[in-house]
Amino acid sequence: MARLSALLAALAVAGLTLGPVAAVLVRAGGWGALGPGEVQALRFTLVQALLSAGLSVALAVPVARALARRRFPGRGVLVALMGAPFILPVIVAVLGLIAVFGQNGLVNTALRVLGLPGITIYGIHGVVLAHVFFNLPLAVRLLLQGWLAIPAERFRLAASLGLRPWALFRVLEAPMLLRIAPGAFAVIFVICLSSFAVALTLGGGPRATTVELAIYQAVRFEFDLGRAALLSVIQLGLALTAGLVALRLGAGAGFGAGLDRALPRWDGQGLSARITDALWIGLAALFLLAPLMMVVLRGLGGLALLGPGTWEAAGHSVSVALASTALCLLWALPLSTRGGELVGLAGIALSPLVLGTGLFLILRPYVNPFVLALPVTTLINALVSLPFALRILRPEAEAVRADYTRLAQALGLTPLAWLRLVLLPRLRRPLGFAAGLTAALSIGDLGVIALFADPDRATLPLQVYRLMGSYQMEAAAGAALLLLCLSFGAFWLFDRGGRIHAET
Amino acid sequence: MLRLEDVGFGQGAFALSADLSLAPGKRVAVIGPSGAGKSTLLDLIAGFRRPGRGRVFWQGRDITDVPPDRRPVAMLFQENNLFPHLDLMRNLGLALRPDGGRLRASDGAAVEAVLARVGLEGLGRRRPGALSGGQQSRAALARVLLQRRPVLALDEPFAALGPALKTEMLELLREVAEELGALVLLVTHDPQDAQRFAEEVVLVSEGVAQAPVETGALFADPPEALRAYLGG
Repeated sequence: MARLSALLAALAVAGLTLGPVAAVLVRAGGWGALGPGEVQALRFTLVQALLSAGLSVALAVPVARALARRRFPGRGVLVALMGAPFILPVIVAVLGLIAVFGQNGLVNTALRVLGLPGITIYGIHGVVLAHVFFNLPLAVRLLLQGWLAIPAERFRLAASLGLRPWALFRVLEAPMLLRIAPGAFAVIFVICLSSFAVALTLGGGPRATTVELAIYQAVRFEFDLGRAALLSVIQLGLALTAGLVALRLGAGAGFGAGLDRALPRWDGQGLSARITDALWIGLAALFLLAPLMMVVLRGLGGLALLGPGTWEAAGHSVSVALASTALCLLWALPLSTRGGELVGLAGIALSPLVLGTGLFLILRPYVNPFVLALPVTTLINALVSLPFALRILRPEAEAVRADYTRLAQALGLTPLAWLRLVLLPRLRRPLGFAAGLTAALSIGDLGVIALFADPDRATLPLQVYRLMGSYQMEAAAGAALLLLCLSFGAFWLFDRGGRIHAET
Repeated sequence: MLRLEDVGFGQGAFALSADLSLAPGKRVAVIGPSGAGKSTLLDLIAGFRRPGRGRVFWQGRDITDVPPDRRPVAMLFQENNLFPHLDLMRNLGLALRPDGGRLRASDGAAVEAVLARVGLEGLGRRRPGALSGGQQSRAALARVLLQRRPVLALDEPFAALGPALKTEMLELLREVAEELGALVLLVTHDPQDAQRFAEEVVLVSEGVAQAPVETGALFADPPEALRAYLGG
């Protein structure tokens, strides 16, 4: 029974990933069709991913070091906040970044007052800036994990030997960084390779188009499905290669339990070290918080401008999120084993746009794909969240099996009773957490929906994008604030639902 | 009669063989060095492991291929004998309704009766976490009373209790076994437990579960393997 459901779930994942991939491979034209546009998209994708990953990791080093050796009020909150970009809708962050770094943003206003030339957020700067905004916190968390994993005794020994800062860095910190940083770089590189929403909003034009964005343009504007399929194959090869490398380098991107503790440290007590650390922490906090504050500030005024179209889109987003959360958990429960987690990784290796293009190719002969915009989005959101859900559920599910299988066998519990009375109640917390992540990711998703949507079937992120496109910035800010509240609210509700009255 | 007929079990470098019979209603201690296969012997009897060769019989019936819940065996493990998120009523009720269905009035009364029998009257709505270690052991024994199986297999279930509490639990176990007329197999690493509780002892060492020997006679003249274990 358990084996049968695991098999069915695995087959569904395999079918839904391999099917679209096969469709893309069949439809793709020969490599002769590879034009300068494709080559440029490929080059831009690689360059921006290298820059984004490099900057994120480089900037994360001083920030993580400062967080590792300082204690101050609000440190726990700041570290927790570093996890927030994971569920922050891309479009919301983009609006916040535009409010800070855009044409009429805070930075340019200040520069004008000082009589200095302004900066532009569109093009490669903007794409890299947004990627650093999203991935600097991830890099900080990964490196912080590394720093906190250095035993306190080592620092005590270094202190008793009176090691100078440079010697301490070389003896203790550099080896850790050499171990952790390549993995962190690789993970962020892979994430940025599949960047769609950031490139859609801040990139564009022949000089700042990622492969994913080019797929979208080929489908939506050029109606050239052969080209879209060819680009999908390129993206597939890129993501799989980089993904395998990242897997080898293995940054164990857990969900950062225990990062809020600070180990006692004896080094870095000098005034200049204190000032440097404070500066880095302050800058990082400002960089992360200012855009969010701006979204809230500007959004409050725009809330009054929310039209029926926006509310309808919000309704679509919520129903898509609820359905994809249910689907994702239904998938995840039977697959919460070691083998199942490997199956689930398929969802992370394949980009939503590639899957979407494949499904588009499969569905088109039979139905108008635009009618299926919301169901397809639901399906792909569930698939994309599956690896995260499995990473959260598997350790606890295996612990429950290890602890109680024999007791259940001795009592002869029926499979349904096992599920209802043992597995689900024991997994309540991780289920709530996984559901929260899935729902928030799905509500904020601006990916495959852009490929399939017609004017009648927008989700809220797409609606924000459309409002931006028609220069209704205030209404866009209002809708973005609504989106922010919905995605964080969904996460909070599910996560809390798993914790409250948790019967342990 | 519980009969293990030329039973053999192997897993990697580990091997255990047993060819022995145990009489119904007897209190038997299973002792021996750790890693010798005491728990494996219980698993073979309770059905959690399949022997590589040989057969297991109860009262002449071959039960080698019978799943754990259909065997005449009730088992207490070292830990995790109760589901921590369910109250005692539901925990014990599962012995009567393995499908997790609602308990009938008569079932509820039966659960309350066995709880009262082990001194846990009125605690049916408590979860295991709200009970002391001794009370948790009592609750697990109460479930054994509900299961009414003719063989009780216990894998050091009282190892975490203090000496006084353990003596108390062994006394309760003796009473429960007498009420059920059950054969008790108690795995223990404490020779005193064996002497205090058991009529017979099965010594497991060097890959062999020996045939049972009367407790007094065994300790009066310990064989070489037992002497090595006792360190005397």
